[in-house]
Order: sequence, then C-alpha cells, then structure tokens
Amino acid sequence: MTARYLAGRLLQAVAVILVVTVIVFGLLHALPGGPARGILGPHAGAAQIAAFNRAQGLDKPLPVQYLYYLNTLLHGNLGSSYTLNEPVSQLIAQRLPKTLVLTVLSAIIGLVVAIPLGMWQAVRRNKPTDYLITALSFIAYATPVYFFGIVLILVFSQILPWFPPEAPQGDTLAEVLSDPAALVLPVVAGAASMVAVFSRYMRGATLENLAEDYVRTARAGGAAPRAILGRHVFRNSLTPVVAMLGYYVPVLFGGALVVEQLFNYPGMGLLFWSAAQSSDYPVLLGCVLVISVATVIGTLLADILQRLIDPRVKAGDEA
Amino acid sequence: MSVLIQSELAENAVGTAASGARIGLRRFARNRFALTGTAAIILFVVFCFLGPVFYHTDQIHTNLTQINLPPGGAHWLGTDAVGHDELGRLMYGGKVSLTVGLSAGLLATVIGTLWGSVAGYAGGWADAVMMRVVDAGIAIPALFILLVISAITTPSVPGLVVILGLVSWLVPSRLVRAETLTLKNRDYVLTLRAIGGTHRRAIFRHILPNAVSTVVVAATFQVADAILLVAYVSYLGLGVQSPQTDWGGMLSAGLTAAYSGYWWLILPPGLAVILVVCAFNAVGDGLRDAFSVRGRA
Repeated sequence: MTARYLAGRLLQAVAVILVVTVIVFGLLHALPGGPARGILGPHAGAAQIAAFNRAQGLDKPLPVQYLYYLNTLLHGNLGSSYTLNEPVSQLIAQRLPKTLVLTVLSAIIGLVVAIPLGMWQAVRRNKPTDYLITALSFIAYATPVYFFGIVLILVFSQILPWFPPEAPQGDTLAEVLSDPAALVLPVVAGAASMVAVFSRYMRGATLENLAEDYVRTARAGGAAPRAILGRHVFRNSLTPVVAMLGYYVPVLFGGALVVEQLFNYPGMGLLFWSAAQSSDYPVLLGCVLVISVATVIGTLLADILQRLIDPRVKAGDEA
Repeated sequence: MSVLIQSELAENAVGTAASGARIGLRRFARNRFALTGTAAIILFVVFCFLGPVFYHTDQIHTNLTQINLPPGGAHWLGTDAVGHDELGRLMYGGKVSLTVGLSAGLLATVIGTLWGSVAGYAGGWADAVMMRVVDAGIAIPALFILLVISAITTPSVPGLVVILGLVSWLVPSRLVRAETLTLKNRDYVLTLRAIGGTHRRAIFRHILPNAVSTVVVAATFQVADAILLVAYVSYLGLGVQSPQTDWGGMLSAGLTAAYSGYWWLILPPGLAVILVVCAFNAVGDGLRDAFSVRGRA
C-alpha cells in the first residue's frame, strides 16, 4: 500500500465527513423554528428566540453560521440534550461503546457463519442444498429486523424459555458482557441479514475463483481439493467480501437502531430512538453525526484491509 | 452528413440492443427462481388491487364488537384490534405498500441514474465532488435520517414517496456512474462529440440507452429495498395515517398483540412483505444474470 494511496484515501474520508456536516447543518436549519427552537425547547417565545439567535450569531449569513458550527464541532461540542440535561457528547460517549459491542458481535457472528456457508454453497452449486440456502438467504434478507426479532422473542423466550427477552441492562461494558445469555437474541437478530448478504457474496466470489486457471493448475498438480479451497480460493474470495464490509457498516448501525429499541438495549440506537420520541434535536443530530463518522471510518478500514490481504489490488493502484 | 452518421449509429445501437434483449429474455425465461418471482409479483398485484372487488370489507369504520377474532367464519384471517377484517386489510395495506415501494424505488433509480451518469461523464472535479456527496449520503444510515424526519413531521403519501426516494438513490448512482465511465470513451460517443453533438445528447441518446440493463437491474433491487423500507417507515412512526395502512403499519400495530398470541395479526403482513421483497430480488437476480450486469450479488 503506497503512502500516496493512503493520503488520498484519508483526504477523501475527510471530504466525506465535511459533506456530512453540511447535511446535518442543513437538517438543523430544517427544524421547525430552526436551531434556536431545537436548543431552547418547544416552550420558548418569539422574543427569546430572537435574543438567542442574536447571541449565537444565528442572524448571520448561512455560510458564516456553518463555519461557527464547524468550529464548535471541532471543539467536541455537540450541544446539550434538553430532555436529559446532559451534554450530547457525554451521552454518546456512554452509549456508543455498547452499540459497538452489539454491532461488532453481530458482524463477527454473521461473517463466521456466512463465509463458510457461501463457500460450501459454491462447492455444492446447483444442488438442492445450494438452492435451499439461497432461498433461506433471500428470506432472511427480506425480513424486517423488528419482525424477525419478535419471532425470536416469541420462539426462544416465550415458547422455549432459553434466553431472556431483554438485552443486558448494565451501565458499563463489563456489566453488559457479564450477561452473555441476554446478548444472544439481539446479536442473532442483528446478524441475520448479514449472513444472508455475505453468504451470497462469498458464494459468488468462490464460484469466480474456482473457474480460474490457478485452480486448474493446482488440481492438475495433484493438490487435494480441500487444500486448494482452504489455501488459495478462500483468501482470494475474501477480498470482495471485505470490500463490501465497508458498505455494510451503515446497514449494521441501522439494524442496531431497531434491535436496541426492540430488546431495550441502552446503546446509541435506543438513545436516538427516545430522542426522536421527545424531539430532542441536539441528541438526534449529534447521533447522526457520530454514526456517520463511524461509518466513514469503518469504510476506510475495510478499504485498507482489502489492500492488505490482496496483492492484486495493491498492484492495481500503483499502476 | 452528420445526421446520416447519427441515424446510422442509432440504428446500430438499436439493433444490438434488441438482439441483446432477446438473448437476455430467453436466459431469464430459463431461470426458475426469477420466473417464480415474476409470478409472485403478478399474484400480489392481483390480490391487492383486484381482491377487494371480490372480497368486500369495511376498512374505514371500526367495529369494537368484533375485535381480535381468530381466523374462521366470516373473517378468513380474523380481525384486528379495532375490528377490521384482516384479509381485507392485507389487500388494502398492500395497495399502499406496493404503490409507495414501486414509486419510491423508481424515483430513486431516476435520481441515481441522472446523478451517476452526469458525474461519470463529467469526470474530474465535478465527479469527485458529486461522488463525495454520494459517499456522505451512504454514510448516514437511512433509518436514522427517516427517524429524524419523523420527529419533525408526518408526511402525506406522496411526501413519503419523495422522502424515501431521496434517501435511497445513492447505490444506483454509483452503479450508473461506473457504467458511464466505461461507456463514455466508446467510439460512438467520441464520434458524436467529434461531429459536434452536445453533452446532453451524448448522455441521453448514447450512454443511458446502452446502460439500460444496469438501470433496469438496479431499479428492480431498488423497488425491493423500497418496499422493505416502507415496512420500516411505519415502525419508525413515519407511515401512513389511520384508517389508511400498509403492511408495515399492520405489522407494527400487531407487535404488541403477538405477545397475547394473536399470531394472525403479524404473520400475514410479515409474510407478505417477505414474499414480495424476495420476489423482486429474485427477478433482479435473474435479470442481472441474464444481461450479465455487474453489481449487487
């Protein structure tokens, strides 16, 4: 990986984050009553709003205001929640790690199931098991997370009392992780569509690689099919899958929003959800910003990882 | 002279496109998954739009003497918490889900196609800026944006279509841009430019017609995703207002009832969403394989 590529890619990520701040700034101004209403709350009078606007520079032209906004963001100031009466950055700092635990666990479980599943499908292509798994992955992709979650709760908590219907309620990460049984259903709900999508990618990538010359050469040289699959095809098929992982980060966060609400898991999704119910705009916009930055970083890491594991991509960008 | 060349070029393009389409359709017709999907879509459209003609139900007035009845008798699929016939509601809600999903999916494809083709054709700085906007849009999860909007306002049905279209045009724009990058240096585009054809003509008459299979495949997947998104929208509190409903609205209304064992309130709308989304994805998959379009796996 060249330094030039890395620098260009970082610059691109910064540009994307800047555009995100423009969008969030736009949303802030699309709020009924504008940001003043958002911060002073629904009971502020017109005179109060006018005074606030003057004091905060909100009567200045929009580009100037945007620069002000960017400046406060750079100081880590996301405003204050007016229902919870705490700085938004503090609220998010408490909740983001829990959401990351949920999404990262879902992603790991999802990949650990999807990758071997997709390879197995490719090896047994066009046989009944391949068709069956394809059908199941279509169904899993098409199932709204909240519907799947309810079915999970009904079956594995109500009918078969194996797991609690509620996620761990601890305040700290250690408390959350000390109750693994309660994490099972939320993580499974979050991982289902991931298994569906990534087993399809893996199946496609494996099929493409199985048709390559190097596989035929290895076979002609007498290598065991299992060794070819494990040593060569596996690694080469992983590249497109890792690239897709970056695009999948926003979907994971979107899923966490629903899963956290459904299983009452006190992460960022639930914070966001309750902020929406009470029109707590500073929290809403702060969360959007943090989630988007997390997504941009996730995509960046996936891109870099892809280049690390695949020499062909590396050669491509030096050319 | 230039007119002659252009019409000849156009004829060639039409000729290859037509035979390509024939070959593609023949391939599509051999794909059992895709054919089943097509049949399922037709069945659902007939069920939702013609069903009410044969199965009359009152979906406006509540009937509190007939609530949460199990399937059987006069109500084939039982009744919901305010006494609406569930089967009739499934048709009634399906109309909204399918209409909104289709319109939003198509709107997203149109926006994405225009944005992607212009960005790819322009290249350079314009392309870089336009694609960073797309990256930023993708970085903000749609469900989060939709929930922010639900905190601000409750839109009408056309408003909902526009909102859904505006949050989901990003992926098709990427696909069309990639296709445009390969098409814009083809001889027929270069020839057109050399003889003084406009950029607009290059994009609309030469690049987009040749990208049509990419666009059609993207549109099919987009409709599937939009129908799924419509199911989320009611859950997030943005959905259509009572007494109107859609499958997502029925599902979220039935969620609490599910704990009381009223399975008929969530299984039918849940299965309807799953089957329709699967059907559109199967058709998209079949079209993609038939026309050898790269893109979503």
